[in-house]
Order: sequence, then C-alpha cells, then structure tokens
Amino acid sequence: MNRRDFVKQSALTTAGTLLIPHFLKAYETQAMGQLTGSNGKILVIVQLSGGNDGLNTVVPYRNDIYYRERPTIAIRPEKVLPLTDEIGIHPAMGPLKALYDDGLLTVINNVGYPNPDRSHFRSMDIWQTASDSDQYLRTGWIGRYLDAACAGKEQQPFRTIEVDDTLSLALKGNSLNGMAVLDPKKLYTQTRSGLVTKLSRDHHDEPEPVAYLYKTLAETVSSAEYVYDKARIQHTPATYPNHELGNRLKTVSQFIQSGVGTSVYYISISGFDTHINQPGQQERLLGQYAEAVGAFMTDLKAAGRQNDVMLMTFSEFGRRVKQNASNGTDHGTANNVFLIGGGLPSRRVLNEAPDLTKLTDGDLTYSVDFRQIYATLLRDYLGTDDVAILGRKFEPLKIV
Amino acid sequence: MDKLSRQQQTRYLFTRAGFGATPAELDEAARKSIRKVVRQLMKDSESFTELRVVEPDENVTKKALKGLVKDGQLDRDMLKERIRMNAEKIRDLNLQWLDRMASGQGVVREKMALFWHGHFACRTMGQNPLFMQQYANTIRKHALGRFGDLLMAVSKEPAMLQFLNNQQNRKNAPNENFARELMELFTLGRGHYSEYDIKEAARAFTGWQFTSDGQFVFRERVHDEGDKTVFGKTGAFNGDDVIAMLLENKQTATFITTKIYRYFVTDSPANDAESTTRIEQLAEQFYKSGYDIAGLMESLFSTDWFYDPKNVGSHIKSPVELLAGMRHTLNLTFQQPQTQIFVQRTLGQILFYPPNVAGWPGGKNWIDSSSLLFRMQLPSYVLNDAEVTVRPKEDGDINTQLLARKGGQRFQVTINWDGFETIFAKTPDNDLPDAIAAALLPFPLKAEQKKLIETQTAHDLTRSRRIHALTAALMSLPEYQLT
Repeated sequence: MNRRDFVKQSALTTAGTLLIPHFLKAYETQAMGQLTGSNGKILVIVQLSGGNDGLNTVVPYRNDIYYRERPTIAIRPEKVLPLTDEIGIHPAMGPLKALYDDGLLTVINNVGYPNPDRSHFRSMDIWQTASDSDQYLRTGWIGRYLDAACAGKEQQPFRTIEVDDTLSLALKGNSLNGMAVLDPKKLYTQTRSGLVTKLSRDHHDEPEPVAYLYKTLAETVSSAEYVYDKARIQHTPATYPNHELGNRLKTVSQFIQSGVGTSVYYISISGFDTHINQPGQQERLLGQYAEAVGAFMTDLKAAGRQNDVMLMTFSEFGRRVKQNASNGTDHGTANNVFLIGGGLPSRRVLNEAPDLTKLTDGDLTYSVDFRQIYATLLRDYLGTDDVAILGRKFEPLKIV
Repeated sequence: MDKLSRQQQTRYLFTRAGFGATPAELDEAARKSIRKVVRQLMKDSESFTELRVVEPDENVTKKALKGLVKDGQLDRDMLKERIRMNAEKIRDLNLQWLDRMASGQGVVREKMALFWHGHFACRTMGQNPLFMQQYANTIRKHALGRFGDLLMAVSKEPAMLQFLNNQQNRKNAPNENFARELMELFTLGRGHYSEYDIKEAARAFTGWQFTSDGQFVFRERVHDEGDKTVFGKTGAFNGDDVIAMLLENKQTATFITTKIYRYFVTDSPANDAESTTRIEQLAEQFYKSGYDIAGLMESLFSTDWFYDPKNVGSHIKSPVELLAGMRHTLNLTFQQPQTQIFVQRTLGQILFYPPNVAGWPGGKNWIDSSSLLFRMQLPSYVLNDAEVTVRPKEDGDINTQLLARKGGQRFQVTINWDGFETIFAKTPDNDLPDAIAAALLPFPLKAEQKKLIETQTAHDLTRSRRIHALTAALMSLPEYQLT
C-alpha cells in the first residue's frame, strides 16, 4: 500500500481526527500549505444583499437628470465625496474615499448582464452561478473554481470559506464544496461533540451516498480542526467596528494573517432592499460597510498584505433611476462594483459614469458583463482557467 | 447485500412512496404482501382535500393594495402590515402542507405533489397567498391523476403565468419565458426542440392571462391569431394546441419518467443499459395509459428491481422529507411552528420558495459541511433540548423578512412516545439498538456502530429513557439522511 492509498483509506474514510494517526496529521498539515496552481493571491467577496442603490453610492453629482428624478433622496452635490469631476461617493463612506486617495479603490460602473431579472433570488442566483439569465446552474462560480484548483487532490473545503453559518450556492461546486465558518471555535466545538468525532467505519464497498456523507463529515472535522488550530495562534491587533460586517472581516483577516491557505472568502450582508425611506437606512449600511472595509485594509496594510488581498463588492442589481413615492427606490438593473486592494493600478474609475439619457425602460443600461470581471479575476488575478470555470470566454477588463 | 427482508422492503417503500413509517406501521405492514401494501398506500391517497389559509374573496393583491394607498384609503404603515399579512399566509400554507405530509395520511399524493412542486417550480412574486394556495392545491389535486390534466391546470395557474411573465406575452410584444420553460423544464427537456419552436409556441400562448382574483382568462385582444409553425406543423394554434402537441410527443413521457426514476429510485442512476431499459418500459406504459400517474407509480413500486438492495440508501432526504419524516416517525409536534421554517431555511428548502424555475437540484446538492452538521445535530435539538446556535442567511428581499423572524431557534416539541415504544415492548434489552435501527435506517447496524451507539446511551436509564436515547443517537448517524 503506498502513501496515497493509505491516506485514502484512513484519513478520508475515518470520520474523526482522533482516529487519524499522528504522522498522518503532520502530512495533512504540510499538504495544506498552498493550493495547487495557486499564486498566493486572495480574493474577498462582499455581497450586499437586497440590491444596493448604486446611484446613491457612487453619485453622479453633476448630473441634472439625477437630481430631477430623485427630488427628495438625491445626495446633495456639496455633501458628495468627489472621486472625479463627474462622480463621487456617499458622504457616509469617508473611509472608502480615503482608500481611493491611497490608490486602493477601483470603481467599475454599469455592471450587469443581458435580459436582467429584477427578482432578488433569481438575480442573486445569476450572480452566484455566473449563468445567463435564462440558464439554471446547480453550481456556483467559486465552487467551480474550487473544483478546478483542487482537481485531482483530496477535498479541502477550507480553500474557499464563507464567513457564515450556512453555505451559499456560490461556493458549491460539482465535486467539491467550500466551507461555512462564522466562528472557528464554535465550529470546532460542534465537530467535537457527541457522535460526530467518534464516528468511524470502514467504507470500501459502500454505496456512493454513504461514502459521500462520511467523506464530507471527515473533511468537515479535519478542516474545522485545522482552521481553528491555525487561527487561534494569530490574533489581529487591529480594531474593527463591532457590527456584523466588521466582525466578519476581522475573522477573514485573522485567517489570512495566520496563513490558513484560503484563496477565496465570501461574506454577505443584508438590508439593502430599500423601497421605503431609503436615505437613513442606506446611510447606516454604507457607513458600516465603509468603516469595516477601511479597518480591514488598514489591518492588511500594517501586515504588509494589502497587495495580495483584493476585496470585491457587488449587489444583485441596482435600483431604478427614478425614486418612488415612499422616499425609496424600486428594483433596477446595472450597478457598480468595487475592487479594493490587490495591488491594482492606483486611483481609478475604470469606465464611463452611467448615462442617464440612455436608459432601458427607465433603468441603467449595462456596458460591463459581471462575468467579464469574474473572468479577469480568475485568470489574471487568481491565475486559474477562467474559461473552464465560466464555461466560455468573456472579454477581460484592463483591471489587473 | 442479499435480498431485502420483508421489514426492509416495507421500510424502504414507506420512505420512498411517503415520508417514512412509525414502528407500528411497519409492524402491521409486515404481515401483508408487499403488493398489498403498495395497493393500500395508493388507495389511501385517492381522496383529496384542499389546503386553505385564505378565502378567495378576502385576498387583496399587492398591486391592489398599492392602489388603495394611492387613493388615500390606506396609509404606508397599513400597506406594510397588509403585505406582511399576505406573506404570513404563505408561511401558514407551508406549515399546513407540512402537517399533511407528516400526518401519514394520503402520503403518496403528498410525496408526489412535493415532486411536482420541484418540477413545476414556482413562487408568487407579489407575496400573493391566494395564487400560491391555488397552485398548491392544483399540484396536489392532480398529483396522481393524468399528467396532461396536471400540465394544463398548472400552466393556467395565475402563480405560474405571473412567475413566467406570460402576462407580458402579447401580440406584437412576445415574451418567450413561459414557452421556453414549458419545453425545457416541464415536458421535453433540452435538445428536443428548436429556438424557432419556442418563438412560435410563445405566440400561441399570447392572451393567456389572469385576473387579480386568481382566475385564468383568455384575452382575445392580445392573442396572436396568425399561423404558427411548431414542431413542423402549421396552423393558427393556441396554447391548448401546443400543450396537446407536447403530450403527443413521446419524449415528454420519457423525460418525466426519467425524472421520476431519479427522484423515487436513485439520486445518481448509472447510465447503464439496465436503467435505460427500465425507464423505457415505464415511459412506454405511461404514454400508452394516457399519462396515468397513479398507474405509473403503482407499477414502479411493484417491480422487483425497485427493491434491489443497490437502490436502498441511495437517496439523500431533502430537508422537507427529513422534517416531515422525523415528525411522522416520532409523532412529533413543534410547539412553535416557526421552528419548521427555521429548519427549512437553514437546510435550503423552503416550500413555495424554490431557488428558481428549475426547482431544487437535490441529491448531493443538499449536503455540504454545514448542512450535514446541522442535520446530524437536529435529533439532539429536538430530543435533548440542545442549544441551537446556527443562524440562516436572509435572502435580501424585504418582503420575505417574515421567514427570518426570530423565535424559530427554540426547539420545543411534544412527542407521543407511547406508540413508538409499544412495538419494542418484547424486545430484549440487548436487541434494542438493532430493532430500533431497523425501523429508522436503510442499513442494518454494523458492529462498530452498535458499539458506538451503546457507549452513547448509558445502561442505567429506565427502559423508556433508553429507547429515547437510542433513537436520538441512531437518528444522528449519517445513514439517517438516506432512504
């Protein structure tokens, strides 16, 4: 029996690390260093669920149409934090403006896809699976990235982590799944309780679903232990705002700085579905967002990691140009995407501001397909095969 | 594994055709031939009673509510409240249906309806409880009838027409969404039609609309009366004609039968000659019978190969199957019904909220590290009052916030143990783990599992408490996720 077979028959068929011999753990830990084909770059994705109003986030503060269509909710020009002569960001996003001034923020305008769907769940589905709007995929684009990056290797779910209690479709692949970890200690404790750690059995000749369940269990137990062991050594000294996104980005930073070896992190926060009384709600959420991201980038800068960590922020759609009768906005289409850090060329707004004279049914017209961004990040930033993951070639953007 | 024992056969049948069995049901069924048990299950599903959470005349659509606001008859807060109440009724519909599934009555109908819910996947976009109630009752009513009737009825449901944008499908402004999904997902499957067929069929469905009180209407004014060419035939077709053509095409029988085979026999069928032949034979029968669903299911449950040990344990329970099954087997009631929404959200299957029109992917898709851990801990939450610390994600939609309402995380339950325990009254203490396992799991306990289960359940408990502890431990095994 060679080592590989031994690993197969022992580590993966044995749920519960108690039963994995010591030397094997050492091997495992070694193998957990760097991902095959990985260039050490890290992507952190923040999803703003509910459809963030992009026009009040990146504000066209010189545009009369904007002020005409949004008489009570538009951000006054004098309050906007200007990025260029045309656009500037929401006043609650001071820390984001500071990142821009430091050359760390890239804004991509007019991002969307053909035949946009205005329902939250469907549009989210499209963004998470990277499908066409009339196509239904069972796997997410990060899941397929994991499939590609770990091809031929034993499953290591922690290579892509969602900082949450449950796993999004985005991280589900064909043969591999990412892992959901909100709190490494809590997860570790869960896998240490009762039967979970002690379950063990011989699995050859087992029918497929049984083997699959035990394999998933074994990987969960060993990954939970690995992540917990790694992350508890390193405590980031940086201060983070004490709210959901702040806490989650702090966890990501802790994972990165302790060398967990994860290539993609995923976080989603909710509350952006602002049909009614948008201004206060959005101000609060954008403020929290900017504050948390500011703290995260400061932390990474101090650790000397800001060039190999990129944070991408998207929302499933933007909102209508015209405000509604309830001081809010209804579901729209194209939106902006932020890329922060990652060693991108300094200070820029990548493309043209939204053209409010050329609307499609009252909505912004997209000019960048979101999958062009994915493709560019996969190929030029993470160094993997974008076509294999996205199913076809998308025109890359000049962002990296 | 050799041939299944009679008890294994019945347990397997109850989990596939329904939502599992109580030990008492298994005990009783074991005295009959398997054919008789199948017959009895089918017979028990013949009658149909509606789910009802809203009276047709008390339903007000979101659009109408917004109209009332414009007219000044409703203020913003009242509007919010009314939309919330509508969403609450859809939640109640979810819970009412789950109650039926867990009841053990008419389970083949309910199981089949759950299958059709995934097949004709649909949400109501305006949180309209009447539309959802009608849709649910349509798939339940026709669940075991003729597929043609089901297809026609569900295609004319306001919820479906709304979901697939047929209200926007008009002469001179076609919307192909409905025609496309009808062919791709509901009848033929990809590769058996052309883009041109879709374009032309879409024209036939122009005018298929609905009123705000949930009635299907054919609006002649927006219907395209011209000739259309669909599948090579030309005529002034309407929607009914296109559906008739789809039913005439044998591929529809093959497509549906294949999906039923995957759902009821095995999640990942081998693409071997054997499975292909089985599916072909069933499809042939299905087609010849005029798409008699009950006939198809009874044949399926009566074949010898259905009970092939290879199929046992090859299906991963969906979250709803898991929940309904656990409730039925233990005669369990949640004191806070919201708990069941919490479980559905955490595990990724909420009735009436499928992920998209392609339905829940199922199989291995249900399982990842977090969902597996939660599933394995569910029995402890339920039986040992263990603390639940998991929090499912919100879906971004302000209108479904109700589903995320707090209060679901406290698993307060009542269990009627009497019926469960009686069957084991004469079982010697040492045989208890095997005996209970035989009622709960698809496979007999292996020696090391038995040892592990024994160490988890101390011997100094009363017999009754020991049965409860063994049950919880056995339900925590990964194998409990399988049928």
